[in-house]
Amino acid sequence: MPDQFRIPIMREDAVGRAIARMAREILERNEGTERLALMGIHRRGVQIAHLLQDEIERAAGVRVPRGSIDITLYRDDLMAIGPRPVIGESKLPPGGIDNRAVVVVDDVIFTGRTARAAMNELMDWGRASRIYYCALVDRAGRELPIQPDIVGRAVTVLPHQRVDVMVPEIDGVLGVDVVTTSPEAA
Amino acid sequence: MSRSAAAAAGLGKDLVGIEHLGARRITSILDTAEPFKEISERRIKKVPTLRGLTIVNLFFEASTRTRISFEFAEKRLAADTVNIGASRSSVAKGETLVDTARNLEAMKIDMVVMRHWASGAARFLAERIPSNVINAGDGAHEHPTQALLDMLTLRDHLGAIAGRRVCIVGDVRHSRVARSNIFGLLTLGAEVGVCGPPTLIPPHMRELGVRIFHRIEEAIEWAHALNVLRLQLERMEAGFVPSLREYNRIWGVSRARLAVAPEPLLILHPGPMNRGVEIDSDVADGPHSVILEQVTNGVAVRMAVLYLLAGGRPEKAEAAKAEEVA
Repeated sequence: MPDQFRIPIMREDAVGRAIARMAREILERNEGTERLALMGIHRRGVQIAHLLQDEIERAAGVRVPRGSIDITLYRDDLMAIGPRPVIGESKLPPGGIDNRAVVVVDDVIFTGRTARAAMNELMDWGRASRIYYCALVDRAGRELPIQPDIVGRAVTVLPHQRVDVMVPEIDGVLGVDVVTTSPEAA
Repeated sequence: MSRSAAAAAGLGKDLVGIEHLGARRITSILDTAEPFKEISERRIKKVPTLRGLTIVNLFFEASTRTRISFEFAEKRLAADTVNIGASRSSVAKGETLVDTARNLEAMKIDMVVMRHWASGAARFLAERIPSNVINAGDGAHEHPTQALLDMLTLRDHLGAIAGRRVCIVGDVRHSRVARSNIFGLLTLGAEVGVCGPPTLIPPHMRELGVRIFHRIEEAIEWAHALNVLRLQLERMEAGFVPSLREYNRIWGVSRARLAVAPEPLLILHPGPMNRGVEIDSDVADGPHSVILEQVTNGVAVRMAVLYLLAGGRPEKAEAAKAEEVA
């Protein structure tokens, strides 16, 4: 008996539909692509941002600039859990973020701490005219008063369950699973 | 997920030398240094990673480059830093190293970066205080961060360390930079040579698996990269080399000598340079010199070391991996 089991909650087509709607929501909120930029959070937010960029181009005919951000150095738990490998490249979108509406793209929003760290890092990089937070999955468990603006799917999961977003570049498939870890293993 | 990398990154409490680090840890430091390079390119060259940590730069020996490089690294990670030079501290009044360190600890510090004239001073201190200790050069023993930044620069340009041929030129006998480089390069699978006057090449080099060249021309033909050491002027006074002019004529790295190399050699120098002694200006400023890149990489490598030592609790990282929250 494995100590965890996973249930797919979104397959490729469902993620695709969610991305398509999210792209349109971004365009609606921003009233077009004017001064819009996307920032994907490492690791899987980067691929989600890429999908959104493609989808926005399909919907509006404009390829909006896209960057990436690794929040490891802005985490608030480094001293508690020890250093993690810094794996991701932080890269501003072409043209920077000053006076731009920046859409920060995450795979899963959970405690809100990643969002906090990402916003702090963005503010060190420049002055965005506004920041939207966009997550493919919103799960309960917030520890900070932070809410996403645009969500692919909100899921209700228990504390010992985990939401795994999978993207082709890293996992070979596009989809979302809920993973249940047995209490003994957790 | 490269979750195993977090465990590999565990450096323990101190960085005393390269000798016992092992390939996995060395590679992990170099890999961690890569993304840190980019921070120094930002408009705001600062991340809050080490906010609230106090780091003491305790320098018992003169140093400009290394101390400033550490200080930049510390400040760009948002640590608080204090610099102490031996000449203007209580050391000049006869206080022992341990007493100095214990007094600092009593003021609640977190890390000590130390340069000391005595070989073994870093380990001595590391074993006696709970703060992290980083060796910034101890006598003729080791200078680990210099070797790490040299290896990072070599890796950037040669694509890898393993299988590449690196020759260290000059005063190998008295050089902690040479020792740390030799240990690191051999660990990562490079072929290492040394070249210099027999008086400045320790005989046990061969036992380490290092090739000895007594002619700079042979070293240039063999190597992919030269790491040219500074000739300490005191060595001449001590009789190791007859004169600076003669040293330059026989061992100096000049453009004419490099012209015989089958492919252009990468030129490294830990600084400060004696132009016209161990290296000629047209080489130091030439197209294959990466000397200033070494300086840039030095800040990134030191940021990586500070970062990896600061948390330093790999067992907690293991526990946290299970959740992968946030």
